[in-house]
Amino acid sequence: MEKITKQNYKSYVFDKMPKSSHWKNMFWAFVVGGVICTIGQGLIEFYKIWFEVEDASSLASATLVFLAAVATGFGVYDKIGRFAGAGSTIPITGFSNAVVSPALEFKTEGYIYGVGAKMFLIAGPVIVNGVTISVIVACILLVLGVI
Amino acid sequence: MIYYKNRTISFLNSSILEGYSVVGPKENQGRFRGIFDLALQDDKFGQQTFERAERKMFEHAIDGVIAKSNLFANDIDAIIGGDLLNQIVSCAFASRKTHCGFLGLYNACATFVESLIVGSSMIANGLDNVVCVAGSHFSTAERQYRYPLELGVLRSPVTQWTATGVGAVILSNQAESNVPKVSKATIGRVVDYGILDVNNMGAAMAPSACDTIVQFFHDTNTKPQDYDMICTGDLGKLGSQILHDLTLQEGYDISNNHFDCGASLYYSDQKTYQGASGAACSAIIFASQLLGMLRQGNYKKILLAGTGALMSPTTSFQGDSIPAITHLVEVCS
Repeated sequence: MEKITKQNYKSYVFDKMPKSSHWKNMFWAFVVGGVICTIGQGLIEFYKIWFEVEDASSLASATLVFLAAVATGFGVYDKIGRFAGAGSTIPITGFSNAVVSPALEFKTEGYIYGVGAKMFLIAGPVIVNGVTISVIVACILLVLGVI
Repeated sequence: MIYYKNRTISFLNSSILEGYSVVGPKENQGRFRGIFDLALQDDKFGQQTFERAERKMFEHAIDGVIAKSNLFANDIDAIIGGDLLNQIVSCAFASRKTHCGFLGLYNACATFVESLIVGSSMIANGLDNVVCVAGSHFSTAERQYRYPLELGVLRSPVTQWTATGVGAVILSNQAESNVPKVSKATIGRVVDYGILDVNNMGAAMAPSACDTIVQFFHDTNTKPQDYDMICTGDLGKLGSQILHDLTLQEGYDISNNHFDCGASLYYSDQKTYQGASGAACSAIIFASQLLGMLRQGNYKKILLAGTGALMSPTTSFQGDSIPAITHLVEVCS
């Protein structure tokens, strides 16, 4: 075996360490993400009985957010996330989980410095980047004269 | 104190009177089920917050070990120890209930062995009885170092699970013949091999463990075969394999009598990947299993090496690599 030195230590560790199983992770992300989206589509169809399509999709999103928040509160969502990975993080339910979990965690520090200050600890970057990128895209579209 | 050479010192009269361990429910479902003095049913310990639960565990461990040694709180000169939280709050807050001296230590997961070294030095310098204590709590460490508990994230296969528990021992200058003694110690140095992945703490700590263990053999002119057990704190399964490779390269084969407290605390179906980590690992296993084996005479001489990764979330976000430290003590029965 090649001598392990400070220089080649990182590559030695990389060879030695157990790797994530990409196929397994992708399979579960596909299944769980798909199930969440199917539930969403089902909710849209359900709400379409009484509402227009646009209102129905907003209501479906709100329902999914609510269900994920409840699942987070009961300690179920993190168990799903442990094997589903991106499948439960990318849909809107993941956003709900990212807001509710710090809110629960920091409730012990009060409603202002705890819940209020720490609620967007995980979801904050998503909002900041989302707003920034949408402004940039809007500027580009404006220059191109599309809007 | 007899001075050996380099970073190794020896102690003449540092007896370990008793040990006491408090653990969380998950730890008591692992391999060492039933050997701990107190196993919690609920890791909140009836408190409002996890931080208070950790503090209460420290109070229990300190009171427990004093009572178990048939001493009174007044007999204790100092409490020496620490935990993983910022400003070492759990240990310091627990110590305010006592009237003895307090030395707060932080060397991440090497804190327990560090406290044994500092405690033994204090005994050598005239104190009568000191309590050495260290512990951690999964939920408080997770909040400080990683994500909120309920956040659904995929864990990397190299992660470890912070153990919930507090272990305490009493060191004394009473020269009783039948109790284990801390006889030698090697003070670790900070070693950094450039590992950046905060999940992979075993790999970050293994070079430091190798450095201290090899230094000890070198300083005392001993071999791995001279010891019944060479215990490390929380290298985990991967870190242990790396340690075997690194020490073999230095000419010492420790794979036959090496035991990692973290790697063996949980069963593999408890989904902790590389095993346990945290200041509690070495403290609870030493205060229960190892001390018991030494007292019964099953082990004559063991080495206990506490391994600690000295990063903070801030340094990790700023892209710095993880420095690690390992302190080692030799304990004879």
